[in-house]
Amino acid sequence: MASSGSGYDLSSATFSPDGRIFQVEYATKAVENAGPVLGIKCSNGVVLGCAKPVNHKMVVATSGSYKRIHTCDTHIGCASTGFLPDARVLVQRVVEEAADWQDQYGSKIPPDVLGERLGSYVHYFTLHGALRPFGAAAVLAGYDPDTKECSLQMLEPNGAPYKYYGVATGKGKQAAKTELEKLNLHKNPIPVEEAVKQILKILFLLHQEQKDAKPIEVEVSWICEASGWTHQGVPKDLLKTAEEWAKQQLEEEEEDDEEDEEGMEE
Amino acid sequence: MTDLQILHEHTYTILKEGEVSTGTTILALPFDGGVVVCADSRTSTGSYVANRVSDKLVQLSEYIYCCRSGSAADTQALTDYVHYFLNQWSLDTGRQPTVKTAAHLMRRLIYNNKDQLQAGVIVAGWDPVDGGSVYTITLGGSCLELPFATGGSGSIFIAGLLDSEFRPNMSKDEARSLAKKACAHAMTRDGSSGGVIRTVAITSEGVDRDYTGGNELPFGPSAVW
Repeated sequence: MASSGSGYDLSSATFSPDGRIFQVEYATKAVENAGPVLGIKCSNGVVLGCAKPVNHKMVVATSGSYKRIHTCDTHIGCASTGFLPDARVLVQRVVEEAADWQDQYGSKIPPDVLGERLGSYVHYFTLHGALRPFGAAAVLAGYDPDTKECSLQMLEPNGAPYKYYGVATGKGKQAAKTELEKLNLHKNPIPVEEAVKQILKILFLLHQEQKDAKPIEVEVSWICEASGWTHQGVPKDLLKTAEEWAKQQLEEEEEDDEEDEEGMEE
Repeated sequence: MTDLQILHEHTYTILKEGEVSTGTTILALPFDGGVVVCADSRTSTGSYVANRVSDKLVQLSEYIYCCRSGSAADTQALTDYVHYFLNQWSLDTGRQPTVKTAAHLMRRLIYNNKDQLQAGVIVAGWDPVDGGSVYTITLGGSCLELPFATGGSGSIFIAGLLDSEFRPNMSKDEARSLAKKACAHAMTRDGSSGGVIRTVAITSEGVDRDYTGGNELPFGPSAVW
């Protein structure tokens, strides 16, 4: 311990003198290095989306290879990012909590309760010296069949379960949050079809802004009337038209920007 | 050995000697906006009436009741557990429990311990999701949602009466007086049922308990003999 303030980052069981737990902050950093995940709570459902980098030409990126969005119960979807094996542990826990609840009470677990339970689990890993916090974040989309309400929650490595109108995490989360805020979701919730388009647009935008970016695959899922209020992938044809729309929008915006610049030169 | 003797042997092997049993008449009838649950009040040990004014209608949560039949000890313990679990459920979710959840908890307990229990119950009540609903849980631990339910030794005597007179969407008073009438008929014919009639009407507005003394039953032996 040469200088004061050092040595406090070795264990999540120790606070630093200014009241921080560095291990948890490092875990949050691990999340910021992995592909982006977005979620939007809509007027008629909830949508999840993520972009996964295809790291190698020979990787099979489609058809369930290194899946990032999981169905944890019929009414629960979980999009994860960060250190992927850690994320899978979170997903597994969500599956177990949902199944246990149904076994015990004969009804679907309310998404709020599920978020809180996952929060307690994640938090536990920030308490003990012998454990390492999760280097992953989970975005939970849920539908409650009893109240007929949808919910969107995110769990970060600190274990605090927050609910959101729109949420972004992973690489480029700041830019994504700015874009989400522009949609004014807390005042004017948008329908799911629109949210699919907007999520894709943001994902492609983040990808464009990245230098030497690897090609990406997108996964988008939703819970809405069209999916029978169950968590399902957005149908391929719908996804394709939304992708085209998103790319076209970005191109048009780019052209507008160029025109503006030319105008300024005159 | 005659059939009756076999039946007798059987009864005694299942119910421990000296065990208090609620040889019973219980029923639950839904009406427009709620449910009425009803029970007689006889608790017996063999041929001895251990309690002539017992209360077989137990509150599991604010709007959910359970009608008990079988071993008094077993059903009391079961309702205690379900009451506790539902309380916990409410604290977890911040909501009123559903009748479905109450019935499911009861079913799990009875099914998982069916070798050691002697309990047949009706779980009925009102909740914001399904409105008024009725579930019956059998000795073996199967759980059935029914348009209306009867249970206990007295129920066999009133099956036809209720089949004929029960209508969906009755008024609260209609349902309550039908429940009392059916219960009184069962108490007349079934030696293990008797005493007073207790009913509880459950609606979104709350619960309303009612007592009918043994001297003011809507039907009695004097009408027959």
